[in-house]
Amino acid sequence: MWFAYLKDMIMNQRTIQVDALESEAIYIFREVVAQFEKPVLLFSGGKDSITLVRLAQKAFYPAKIPFPLMHIDTGHNFPETIEFRDRLVKELGVELIVRNVQDNIDSGRVKEETGRYASRNMLQTETLLDAIEEFGFDACIGGARRDEEKARAKERIFSVRDDFGQWDEKNQRPEVFDMLNGRIDLGQNVRVFPISNWTELDVWSYIKQENIEIPSIYFAHIRPTFLRDGMIWSSDDEIVYREESERVAHRLVRFRTVGDMSCTAAVLSEAATIDAVVKEIRASTISERGARIDDKRSEAAMEKRKQQGYF
Amino acid sequence: MKVLKIATAGSVDDGKSTLIGRILYDTKSLTDDKLEAIEEKSRQRGFDYLDFSLATDGLIAEREQGITIDVAHIYFSTPSKSFIIADTPGHIEYTRNMVTGASTAQASIVLIDARNGVVEQTYRHFFINNLLRIKDVVIAINKMDLVDFSEEKYNIIKGEIEYLASKSEYKGQNLTFIPLSALKGDNVVERSENTPWYTGETLLHHLENLDSEDISEVSQVRFPVQTVIRPKTEEFHDFRGYAGKIYGGDLEIGDKVLVLPSLTKSRIKGIHFFDKEYARAKSGSSVTITLEDNVNVSRGDMLVKVNEAPKISKELEATICWMDKEPLEASQKYFIKHGVNDAQAKITQLSSIIKTDFSGIEENPFQLVLNQIGDIQLKLSKPLLFDSYKDNKSNGSFILINPKTNNTVGVGFIK
Repeated sequence: MWFAYLKDMIMNQRTIQVDALESEAIYIFREVVAQFEKPVLLFSGGKDSITLVRLAQKAFYPAKIPFPLMHIDTGHNFPETIEFRDRLVKELGVELIVRNVQDNIDSGRVKEETGRYASRNMLQTETLLDAIEEFGFDACIGGARRDEEKARAKERIFSVRDDFGQWDEKNQRPEVFDMLNGRIDLGQNVRVFPISNWTELDVWSYIKQENIEIPSIYFAHIRPTFLRDGMIWSSDDEIVYREESERVAHRLVRFRTVGDMSCTAAVLSEAATIDAVVKEIRASTISERGARIDDKRSEAAMEKRKQQGYF
Repeated sequence: MKVLKIATAGSVDDGKSTLIGRILYDTKSLTDDKLEAIEEKSRQRGFDYLDFSLATDGLIAEREQGITIDVAHIYFSTPSKSFIIADTPGHIEYTRNMVTGASTAQASIVLIDARNGVVEQTYRHFFINNLLRIKDVVIAINKMDLVDFSEEKYNIIKGEIEYLASKSEYKGQNLTFIPLSALKGDNVVERSENTPWYTGETLLHHLENLDSEDISEVSQVRFPVQTVIRPKTEEFHDFRGYAGKIYGGDLEIGDKVLVLPSLTKSRIKGIHFFDKEYARAKSGSSVTITLEDNVNVSRGDMLVKVNEAPKISKELEATICWMDKEPLEASQKYFIKHGVNDAQAKITQLSSIIKTDFSGIEENPFQLVLNQIGDIQLKLSKPLLFDSYKDNKSNGSFILINPKTNNTVGVGFIK
């Protein structure tokens, strides 16, 4: 009797039940590697792509992550993000590919926006498509989630793009059970979203549970900022356009989502730890992308960008 | 956090979007900026109520036409559980979309307009729930406010559904009937004072209390190998792990296993998850397994317990739901994807079309068109390792892929 009881106790401690969302994401990563010849993980330095990196590590351990990371660098990133990116890549010993939007601007392939709301967000698409062609990537893994935005809620886990990177939203493949159809023609590629079914809170809970390091800008810090349209903009006169009447002040802020300095607004916050951040999100009455200036351009801003090959 | 995936079904104007909107609103899952956007759009369109479908219809074409085209996923949570709702459109291509949404769902909600009662669409929704063997089905009898919260109306509808259920082949289903008003909020999140004769739970309460252990299928263990992990580093020089997800039961160190299709026997030596080792892994876990013997295992192979082998055959019979504009005809060839295994398949026979309104079958049809369900026989280019869908959902289902377009054109449920 006591022996069976003891055995049960020991077994329970050594039993693993992988959480449903984590298990699903790991399954998707393994399907990518099995079904595609040249996958790449699109890495932005934000919390979602950092989470992807941890899941990829888990999927293939003790082997190394079997594909490179790629960062499409707009040149408008927060310096904290870039510093973090380089450290992470070094620790993991994975290959990092960086392609710069600046190169396309310099060569005249794309034209930089000017004025009050100038951002390089849209220009990333061209650089991304060029890089896909340059390296012949057939699967690009991204950290988009369905709860982020209503066009993304319609996105498949394996989402097929044509030669021009276009998303044909009205003609998507049905995804049943957990079977993923990665068959494509030459020139097509697939965008893969392993954390499709995660919510913002799921990501934060995972970061806490796994003790994953993330860039410091996600936590409260003092930053030079100015106000416009009821949002808090980062002040950096080289990157973010600012009118003289828009006065700079130091505020205690953090970022909920990390895009470019020129299209991501900060929120006032005193949350300096993950626990405090989670508490703040739970109580928040504004959605995550509510602070994304790039989404506010029109109701269909995301869908239109996706049709053109955006992440 | 426990996650519950729910599929919804309903006909055109039975208030499905309103119900989802109501749940989001009452559980405070709609943030201010999203709510403001809905208020503004509703006003612009001249509605005098909040059109919650605007929260879920994500595509431009959907908003222009005021209809839902594609499955949308909606996320909300209560302190005890996370919910994912697959909202499937009631109008066009509903069979295809409902099967897609319901394939990963553990529970489903079928909406019925209390004024109209059981209609032809209800039969179809009920049929698909049975075909997919969804274990927990809520029959939400909506718009009770428009029939004066009549217990008699409720009982008539309940009786008709119970009669349908008695005719169905799948007996393991739990049916729950809830009288509600999505528009007014009765029995959705809060108990209604208008239905004193109803003693059951509110909709949200019912979903919160569903025990996911109860609704998960238990059967023989299947471990389809997705990929082989060989680090080839100094530290892990001889490591050879089989990566995959466990379906249908648990696996333990020391379990005697059979490697399929080679029929080699071995024992489980290690169960790895990231940098830790475990003695046992539960169903649903994506892990990496090592074996005691140096056997040849590759993608598409399967580990099972000795004496629990699935069927191994180059022929199979299945019920198929057709999802493509180009119809299925006998003698056509497709790629078949069964779990993580691929083969070629030829349709040797299209035996019948099954009428989704329970009105019988049509034998030896010429073709199966989009949204139709039928019975077929397949011949395969190599043996597949499969179970009957009723014994193991993941190992008893497959998809067909058109080799010309690469599109997923049908989903099959093995007999």
